[in-house]
Formats: sequence, structure tokens, C-alpha cells
Amino acid sequence: MLDVLMHFCPGCSHGTIHKLIAEVIDEMGMESNAIGITPVGCAVLAYNYIDIDWVQAAHGRACAVATAVKRLNPEKMVFTYQGDGDLAAIGAGETIHAANRGDNIVVIYVNNAVYGMTGGQMAPTTLLGMKTATTPQGRDAKLHGFPFKAGELISQLDGVCYFTRQSVHTPAAVRRAKKALRRAFDNSMEGKGLSFVEFVATCSSGWKLSPVEANRWMDENMMPFYPLSKE
Amino acid sequence: MAKVRGTLVIDKERCKGCGVCLGACPFKVIELNREVNGKGYNYLYAAHPDLCTGCAGCALVCPDSCITVYRERTEQ
Ligand SMILES: Cc1ncc(C[n+]2csc(CCOP(=O)(O)OP(=O)(O)O)c2C)c(N)n1
Ligand code: SF4
Ligand code: SF4
Ligand code: SF4
Repeated sequence: MLDVLMHFCPGCSHGTIHKLIAEVIDEMGMESNAIGITPVGCAVLAYNYIDIDWVQAAHGRACAVATAVKRLNPEKMVFTYQGDGDLAAIGAGETIHAANRGDNIVVIYVNNAVYGMTGGQMAPTTLLGMKTATTPQGRDAKLHGFPFKAGELISQLDGVCYFTRQSVHTPAAVRRAKKALRRAFDNSMEGKGLSFVEFVATCSSGWKLSPVEANRWMDENMMPFYPLSKE
Repeated sequence: MAKVRGTLVIDKERCKGCGVCLGACPFKVIELNREVNGKGYNYLYAAHPDLCTGCAGCALVCPDSCITVYRERTEQ
């Protein structure tokens, strides 16, 4: 982790997840051997914070870029870092096919149920009834369709060796999440297939809540629909 | 009896005053200051430092790595 201030809003889950990734890469001694793919979204600037090699992909294309990077450099540890707008909307096709091919990469998926960077618009993952900038009356299944469980869908594909859903809002959750990231990175180096690590996350700015209220809202509303893994 | 005591070092200028660390502390050691830092945030401070056990829960959940926790074993 570079000693610089991150641009994220106060309390944003992205900061904590960045810190965990940096710690795991450091503990594995893989600083010189890791290549991350940044998305379009609030995490686009991850390359300014975690001191490894990065490629910045076009919106939604991180898994396609990661596939190429890993196939050309099989000895490298390759991962993507993507929001739910990036992964589950514009990048759904690329993600599903990387998972189905079983490419030996780690996909880190930060699901805050909105498009954070552009101002909190509805994403495929937005909960029913949830108010966003583009669903001021709340998401309505008849008009907007149903919330998209990308993790469950992808976990069924044969190329996927590990799916887990984590969060970083309590000390216990942070400890569990770190173990999950380590397991995913180990899988990728052991050639077991694609590991998919979802984080249920907050976007207090998009949700128009304080960071503490956002954590509470996530617990009450996101967790029942996107249940966390036990480990 | 050996007891573990914690000491916090808080990077005041790094803190964004988000408060997500407050709920992580089992002993209500930390609070947000009424005063603000250079960026205008009500930064974190140890209001009851004697109660800190050094569990590091606050540091784990801080998105901006503002808190360093030292643990010290003391005899009582
Ligand atoms: C091709 C293309 N379409 C649309 C955009 C606008 N855009 C920027 S970020 C973003 C979505 C970000 O949301 P998400 O992936 O959920 O990440 P978050 O910011 O919430 O972390 C969109 C649609 C873009 N940059 N490029
Ligand atoms: S807009 Fe949302 S996702 Fe983006 S930095 Fe702010 S809180 Fe985080
Ligand atoms: S180290 Fe533990 S006891 Fe001390 S302030 Fe942090 S959360 Fe509270
Ligand atoms: S979690 Fe970090 S940034 Fe937020 S109030 Fe606590 S010390 Fe400050």
C-alpha cells in the first residue's frame, strides 16, 4: 500500500478492501509478481494505492483483459477488481465467459447495489424498492426487472473453483474476508480455475446515508438478499 | 496477573471522520472530536485510552488506515 490518501468518500468499503488485498499480496511475497486489472468505477484509481503492476480496462472488460494477461504470463498472479455496474451490467458477458473457461484468475467483485462513481444510479444489483438517482420511487420489478445475483449465477459454472461472499463492516468480517482473499489467490497460483470473491459493500454517497447508517442499512437490507458465506 | 493494554496512534490528518470504527470498539474508547482536522473532518481521538485492550478492531475496519494499535503486556 502506498502512503497516499485515497480519494474514496468517508467510510467507503473500497478503502478497506484495497487494504486487505495489499496485505494478502504482501504476506504472499507477490508484490513483484501480481498484476491487477482496474475497472471503470470508483476503484479505477487502485493503481495509485496498491504498489503492484496494473492494467486499466475499458468499462466491463476487466475479465477479458485478465484472461489475456494470465495466459501470456502464467507465472503471474492476475486478478480483477470490479464494481457491480462494471461486472454485472456492461461486463456481464466477459465475466461469465471467463468464469466458464475457468481462467486461473481471481475476480474481486464489490457489490454496493448502485453505480457509485456516476452518482448512485440503479444497477442490475439494486434491491427491489431501493431508491436511487434513477429509481426515485424505488426499484419496481415490473419496470426495472429483478436484482441480479451475479455471484450465485457464476458459482454454478464448471470453471469456477471458489465462490465466496464477504463484507468488511465489522472486525470479524474483515478477518474472514482476508482469509477468503488468500484462498482465492492461492487457487489462482495452483491453477484450480477462477475464484470469485464478492463483497457486499456500502456506497454512502450513492445511498444518501451517513457511513454508519449505510453499514446498518446494508446489514438490514443487503444481507438477507446477498447472504454472506460462513467462511 | 498479566493484562494486555493497548495504545492507539491515530493519524489525525488522514482521518475522514466517517465513524465506522466507533461501532467496532467493544469498550467505547474512541470518539470523534468536536474539532476538525485540516480537511474539515471531525477526526478520531482516544477519549478513554485507559480502557483500550489493543484488540485492533477499530484499525481493521478503518478504510483509510488511520489507526495503529500497540499492545503491551502489563503486570497487575
Ligand atoms: C463505456 C462506458 N459507459 C459508461 C461509463 C460511465 N460510467 C462510469 S463509472 C460507471 C459505473 C460504476 O459503477 P460500479 O461498477 O458499480 O462501481 P462503483 O463506482 O459503484 O464502485 C459508469 C456507468 C463509462 N465510463 N464508460
Ligand atoms: S461514490 Fe460510493 S463507491 Fe464511490 S467512493 Fe463514494 S462511497 Fe465509495
Ligand atoms: S484497539 Fe480495540 S479496544 Fe482499543 S480502541 Fe480499538 S477497538 Fe477499542
Ligand atoms: S474509520 Fe478511520 S477514517 Fe473513519 S473515523 Fe475511524 S479513524 Fe477516521
